Amino acid sequence: MNNILESLAQLFGRTPRKPRKDELSPAAQKMYFYKKGQKVTKQQLIDLHDEHHKNSKNKWRKRRWITLIAVNLLFLVSFSLDIQLLEGALTASRFMGFHMADLNSALQVMLAHKTVLINLIIGVVTVFIMWILLGGRTFCSWVCPYHLVAEWAETLHLWLAKRGLAKNYTFHRGVRTVIYVIFALLAIVTGYTVFEFISPTGILSRALIYGPTMALVWVALLLIFEIFLSRRAWCRYVCPIGITYGIVGVLSHTSCDLRYD
Amino acid sequence: MSESNSNNEPLASEKPLAKEKPLARDKSSASQKQPDVKKKSKTITRGPGRRAQQARRQFLRSVALTVGVSSISLLGFIPLPSDAKRHRLRPPGALLEEDYLSSCIKCGQCVQVCPVNAVKLDDIDSGFGLGVAYIDAREQACDFSCDGLQCVLACTTGSLTHTLDYTHDTRMGFAIFDKPKLCLAVAGKGFKGLARGPDYEGLLRYEEIDRWNPIPLNEYPYDVEICDLCVQACPIEQRYNQCKEGKYPSGDKNQCTPEHAIGLELIEEKNGVRHMRPVIYDGCVGCGVCEMICPTKEPSIIIDYDKLTKRPLSEHYIIKSKKGITNE
Repeated sequence: MNNILESLAQLFGRTPRKPRKDELSPAAQKMYFYKKGQKVTKQQLIDLHDEHHKNSKNKWRKRRWITLIAVNLLFLVSFSLDIQLLEGALTASRFMGFHMADLNSALQVMLAHKTVLINLIIGVVTVFIMWILLGGRTFCSWVCPYHLVAEWAETLHLWLAKRGLAKNYTFHRGVRTVIYVIFALLAIVTGYTVFEFISPTGILSRALIYGPTMALVWVALLLIFEIFLSRRAWCRYVCPIGITYGIVGVLSHTSCDLRYD
Repeated sequence: MSESNSNNEPLASEKPLAKEKPLARDKSSASQKQPDVKKKSKTITRGPGRRAQQARRQFLRSVALTVGVSSISLLGFIPLPSDAKRHRLRPPGALLEEDYLSSCIKCGQCVQVCPVNAVKLDDIDSGFGLGVAYIDAREQACDFSCDGLQCVLACTTGSLTHTLDYTHDTRMGFAIFDKPKLCLAVAGKGFKGLARGPDYEGLLRYEEIDRWNPIPLNEYPYDVEICDLCVQACPIEQRYNQCKEGKYPSGDKNQCTPEHAIGLELIEEKNGVRHMRPVIYDGCVGCGVCEMICPTKEPSIIIDYDKLTKRPLSEHYIIKSKKGITNE
C-alpha cells in the first residue's frame, strides 16, 4: 500500500526521496553501510558507467524496439495489405475483431462527449486489463511510436549537449499532472478532445497508417524542442498518456526488484 | 509554435550545473537591472540561495510550459469560424457536428472498412477536426456499395450512430441544385462519354455489372439524350426502383427506401420556356453520388452538409442523434 502511494506521488511529480532507515531491509542496510565507507569520485562513476555500457549488447532495448516497430507495422499492414489483424490506429482499434481503445483517448472522448457506448467500454476494459498485466507505462516504451523517435532525438540531444550545442532546461515534474488536469477540464468544458489535437502519439500512428499529414510538422517542432532545449520534454513534463498508463502501472504487479546478493 | 515557450525562457536561462556561464548570461538578459541585483546573483551561485533561485526559475519555466502547451492545444479552435473548412460531409450516421467532433476517437476504422475509399481523415488545418473522418463527395462519394453501413458498424464510439439500420435512415446532408446554369439537362443537352473523364479515379457500383464490386467510373461510358446521370446513379433511386420491381436489396424488404430522392422534372418558367431539371425529394440522404457523377466542370448539384436547416423530414434523424445511444 505504501509502495502504491509512493509510486503515485512520484508519478504526479513529487521528487523521489531516500528511504528511511526502518524501511530498509537488513541486506540493504548492510549495503548502504559499506557504500558509505567507499569514497568514489564522480569521474570514477562515469568510467564505471561507460565500462558497463561498453559491454552491453542492449538486449532489452533491441527487444523493445523490435516490439514497438512490429506493433506499429501490424497496424500498417493490417490496412495496406488488408490483413485485418489489427484494424484502426493506436487511439482505438480492433484486434482480430475484438475492441481495444487507448485509455487516454477513451477518457478524453468520455469527458468531451459525456456519453459512453458499450463498444468503448469493452475496448477500455480490455486494454486496461492488458496493461495491468504488462505493466502500465510499458505502453510508452514498447508501443508508443513517439517514444521511438523521441529516443532517437534524445541520443542526438545528448550528443549535442556534450558539445555545448544543446541545453537541457528542466521543468518541475509536477507540471505534467497540472497539464493532465487542464486537458481533462478542457475536454469537459469545450466538448472537444483538445489533447488529441496535439497528441504526437495519435498523429504519428495515423500518419503511419493513413499516410503523412501536415500535423507531422507539430511533431517535428516537438522533437526540435527536445533536441535543443529540453531532454525528452514531452514524455517527462507534458504527456497525459504517460500519467494514464502510469496509474495502471502503479496497480500492476510488474515492478523492478533489487536483489542484494 | 514552440517559440511561445522559449520566449519565456530567458527568465530562467540557467542550467543547474553551469557555474561560470550563468553570470555572463545574466549580464545580457538582465542588463537593465540594478547593479546590486547582479552582485546578489554572484553571491548565490553556491549554497541554499542558489538552489532557491534555481527552484524559482524552474517553477517559472514550468508555468510557461503549462501556458504554452495549453494555448497551443487551444489553437484547434481557430479553424472553427471558417465555414469552408468546418463544414465537411461526414460519413453515414454521423452525429450533429458538435457531438460528432467530441465523440470521434480518431482511429480511422471507418476509413479501413469503406469499399470505395470514400472516407478520409482530416488534417491539422481543420483544428479539432484533426484525424476525424470526412467524405469529399466530388472526389469519391459514398455509394452505399457496402450495403451494410460498414463504417457505422466499425465505429467504436458511436460517432456514427448505431441507431441507424438502413441506408435510407442516414442523413449525411441534402443535395441542392446549386448551379442550374451549368446543368446539361436544363440546357436540353444529352451526355455521351465518361462522366468525369478518363483520368478520374473514383469508384461506383453498377449493379448490372457487378453487384458486389464497385468499378472505376472511367470504365463506364454513358450515352443519354437528356443528361440524367445524377438520377441514374443515385443509390436511393436505384433501391426505390428495385423495390418497385419486387427485387428487394439483399432480399430484405426493410432495405427499401420509402421515398424518392431525385428525379428529372419538366419545369415551365415564367417566360414560357420549358426544360428538364433535377428535383431533389425528401428521400435524399446526402450521400454525394450526384455531386460526384455530375459531368459539368463544376458540379451543378452539390451536397449541403447542414443537417439541421435544409431538411424538413430530418426531424426523426435529429431526434435520433440527439438521443445518442438511447432508442427513440
